[in-house]
Amino acid sequence: MAKVSMTVNGRAVSGDVAGNRLLVEFLREDLRMTGTHVGCDTSQCGACVVHVNGKAVKSCTMLAHEAEGATITTIEGIASPDGTMSRVQQAFQDHHGLQCGFCTPGMVMTATKLLEQNPTPTEAEVRHALEGNICRCTGYHNIVKAILAASGQDVSKIAAE
Amino acid sequence: MYAFDFEKPTTVAEAVAALADDEAQPLSGGQTLIPTLKQRLAMPSKLVSLTGIAEMQGVCTNDAGQLCIGGATPHAVVAAEAASKYPALSALASNIGDPAVRNRGTIGGSVANNDPAACYPSAVLASGATVVTNNREIAADDYFQGLFSTALEEGEIITEVRFPVPQAANYQKFVQPASRFALVGVFVAKFADGVRVAVTGASNDGVFRWTEAEKALSANFSPDALNGLSVSADGMIGDLHGTPEYRAHLIAVMTKRAVAAAS
Ligand SMILES: Cc1cc2nc3c(=O)[nH]c(=O)nc-3n(C[C@H](O)[C@H](O)[C@H](O)COP(=O)(O)OP(=O)(O)OC[C@H]3O[C@@H](n4cnc5c(N)ncnc54)[C@H](O)[C@@H]3O)c2cc1C
Ligand code: FES
Ligand code: FES
Repeated sequence: MAKVSMTVNGRAVSGDVAGNRLLVEFLREDLRMTGTHVGCDTSQCGACVVHVNGKAVKSCTMLAHEAEGATITTIEGIASPDGTMSRVQQAFQDHHGLQCGFCTPGMVMTATKLLEQNPTPTEAEVRHALEGNICRCTGYHNIVKAILAASGQDVSKIAAE
Repeated sequence: MYAFDFEKPTTVAEAVAALADDEAQPLSGGQTLIPTLKQRLAMPSKLVSLTGIAEMQGVCTNDAGQLCIGGATPHAVVAAEAASKYPALSALASNIGDPAVRNRGTIGGSVANNDPAACYPSAVLASGATVVTNNREIAADDYFQGLFSTALEEGEIITEVRFPVPQAANYQKFVQPASRFALVGVFVAKFADGVRVAVTGASNDGVFRWTEAEKALSANFSPDALNGLSVSADGMIGDLHGTPEYRAHLIAVMTKRAVAAAS
């Protein structure tokens, strides 16, 4: 066990964790922030995506100790403190971008990063960015539509499927 | 995962010292090693992280005009920083896995692992790159030694990979849609003194050079130069994603596409 400290959604946190503690275990089990999901635990599904020092990463595939000193944002830090949803979150609601919601935290974290780096992506660019995020419910069309809408583009001509 | 200790040195020398312990193993992006540890396929007593070593980060050009990439440089950084100098390499990096994998996974980890379906080994071999470690320089032709096996010794760290920059190059990847690795990937690089063609994803022996195509393309760098050439299915990977014959066929198809895109 060794001490690890980081900033999560603006709050300084620390814990005494074993070398093999995953970042996602630290977030969910030690900090009790269960918004970040574990879908596969094998680096495939993207449900666990969080931002570490401004980069989207799979928190099931990073050790907690690798995040020493890092600034982390999780899905719990995406809405405003008064509960107003972010543009991406609101667009997911408006465009029916989720069904069971299990993949949604990872989808929102990946999409939020994409729009920071590429504010008006094409549909193909959105799909390329989502390659590591698996959804078993929606068939992706409404997720892609929501992200394009969140980027301010007209999606009225994209059929709901 | 079995229990292990974790160390994060800040220099190559400290990392080499930490790796001298029995059963210590380097950890770079962890995109291969952490899943392996979860399956209990490895049991290191200690992981030595290479991600805090400044001298192993980043992309630069040396006096010989080669592109030098630090061993712990993530794929996303290569995608961004190699874009103007070596566009084919940048494009390869920007199509590895997905954004989260590219933010953590590193060139050193990929080249050390030498997965038979990984992308980077084809670029290293086709470019005639040099794999630089903490104690020597290894030519690409001597480095790859078959499935998951390389010239690296126990405890040896890849600190840098140096790429001669070709006049023209292209990587064509036929994606295995579930894993997003290459079902077959072909990297073609044209230099003043000849063309090199490296194939990944296809062979039971890992990445290899298709010398017959190299000869034809060195004489005439056009897709037509490959007419009539084919690769034998002997020794090709056969699995539920494709037969050896299918993979052998794809090699010729992807090579043609790479030459067309490069010329
Ligand atoms: C969902 C997913 C999709 C992927 N898709 C692709 C793809 O399309 N194409 C592709 O090529 N790869 C793909 N990968 C693999 C990815 O590129 C890995 O990042 C890479 O293979 C290993 O790099 P790493 O930095 O994560 O290494 P790690 O996992 O940290 O280490 C891998 C191995 O190399 C050793 N090692 C690490 N660094 C060094 C070093 N500098 N010197 C000596 N030994 C070292 C470690 O001890 C370990 O044995 C994918 C991975 C995932 C999870
Ligand atoms: S839980 Fe991390 S990728 Fe699926
Ligand atoms: S909404 Fe159910 S997995 Fe995506």
